[in-house]
Amino acid sequence: MTNLVEIRGLRKDYGSLAAVDGVDLDVTAGETLAVVGESGSGKTTLTRLLLRLAEPTAGTVRFDGADLFALPAARLRKVRREMQVVLQDPYSSMNPRMRVTDIVAEPLVTHDRSVRGRRGRAKVRARVGELLDAVGLPPDVQDRYPHEFSGGQRQRVSIARALALRPRLVVLDEPTSALDVSVQAQVLDLLTELQARLGLTYVFVSHNLAVVQQIADRVAVMRAGQMVELADAATLFSAPGHDYTRRLLDAVPNPDPRLARRLRAGS
Amino acid sequence: MTSLLEIRDLHVEFRLGTGIVNAVEGVGFAVDAGETLAVVGESGSGKTATALSVLRLNPEPPCVYPAGEVLLDGRDLFRLSEKDLRKIRGNDVAMVFQDPMTSLNPLKRVGAQVAEVLRRHQNAPRGQAREGAVAALREAGIPDPERRADQYPHQLSGGLRQRVMIAMALVGRPRVLIADEPTTALDVTVQAQILELLVDLQRRHGMAIVLITHDLGVVAEVADRVVVMRRGRVVETGDVTAVFEAPQQDYTRELLRATPKLERA
Repeated sequence: MTNLVEIRGLRKDYGSLAAVDGVDLDVTAGETLAVVGESGSGKTTLTRLLLRLAEPTAGTVRFDGADLFALPAARLRKVRREMQVVLQDPYSSMNPRMRVTDIVAEPLVTHDRSVRGRRGRAKVRARVGELLDAVGLPPDVQDRYPHEFSGGQRQRVSIARALALRPRLVVLDEPTSALDVSVQAQVLDLLTELQARLGLTYVFVSHNLAVVQQIADRVAVMRAGQMVELADAATLFSAPGHDYTRRLLDAVPNPDPRLARRLRAGS
Repeated sequence: MTSLLEIRDLHVEFRLGTGIVNAVEGVGFAVDAGETLAVVGESGSGKTATALSVLRLNPEPPCVYPAGEVLLDGRDLFRLSEKDLRKIRGNDVAMVFQDPMTSLNPLKRVGAQVAEVLRRHQNAPRGQAREGAVAALREAGIPDPERRADQYPHQLSGGLRQRVMIAMALVGRPRVLIADEPTTALDVTVQAQILELLVDLQRRHGMAIVLITHDLGVVAEVADRVVVMRRGRVVETGDVTAVFEAPQQDYTRELLRATPKLERA
């Protein structure tokens, strides 16, 4: 098993606040690593550093062996193709004036000269069609605008865009938190299927432990900038090692009324 | 026997430039003192439009109420004038919303915002209103309430802000509390504390709670009965344990199946 990402001594200060405070973490190729924590725990800052969307105060992030913060611009551009992100809110992460084709094609056009211009157009449409098909959208949605889609469909468009460059790593930052539960379940199934088919590595950021349990191989628990626990999903949920993890698990509402009531009566 | 709050055959329409949206089509349910009724549904189910209808808080226009009754102790709130309805709001029926940051006034100290409820709805004199506000903040579980009363919303965490909202809602000792996704914006450990607070306050004061939520886990934790809504209609209703263990409708079954459940063992 090889490490696709290696994070060492990573720290990010905002003024006197250490948003990320000395994190060491490896992401194994092909796994789903979940990063969980409450608001202010530093989970989003961690992923921003990992994507080099922010500069660290100290520490390193290696992607496939290359030190992200020391890479020259041209090589960084190449590495960036291999790491993509899907954000929580599909409404605000798309330009409302762009058609779906152009939204999904934008990374292609940005990174691949051969698809620019009139002749590239057919090639782009074909690739976008493939991508939309992969995320379960019919090809005839290409000429539509984001507002014509439901939240779940929009998140599928975001996923198609993230896959356009055939990345190895996809950071999923609360990808289903804004969706209804029935839609959430479908999007989680889609993510699982795509991972198996394309051999993707996921870093899955979430505050929802029940969702994390469905999708993660390993779980990192963040609190106040620090990683307080890192464990196999099975171990973490059955025998949490850190007191904070236990408290987090205890706080999750249980959709079983008898169990929920028993716990409440006992507390 | 009349229920404390009963909604009968409620219809809510939004008359927009692009057409009429039938947000609620014939919804009915009842809730009694000391009871928690959860109204659960996905986005677009009409649960919030229903909740806002009780105090006629949907924006008019575009909202109209073509039919229905909202009975508080058998008295139809829909027949009241705006002036009489204002006496009900905050006194008999109060609301808590999802996002405390947008429902609190950012320019006013939180103690004054709670006191305003007493001054406006009960004509309490200034000093007495202030005392009442501090007491309400304390009851809502806010530590050091005298000091917190003088702070502004941005100086409080999300959990404390929601406690302020609960203090504001309960300071007038309402008989019915309508809570619209009261913990959705909160972290899970804070959510657990807020739910516990609501259950505890209900035990002490015996108010009826109508809890609007999309989260079946929250329903299982705190509600006695549940109304499942979809596309403006009631799909299923009943005792929480009965509905969760033996749902009668496909949609309820689907919703339960889709809800991720934490397995520990």
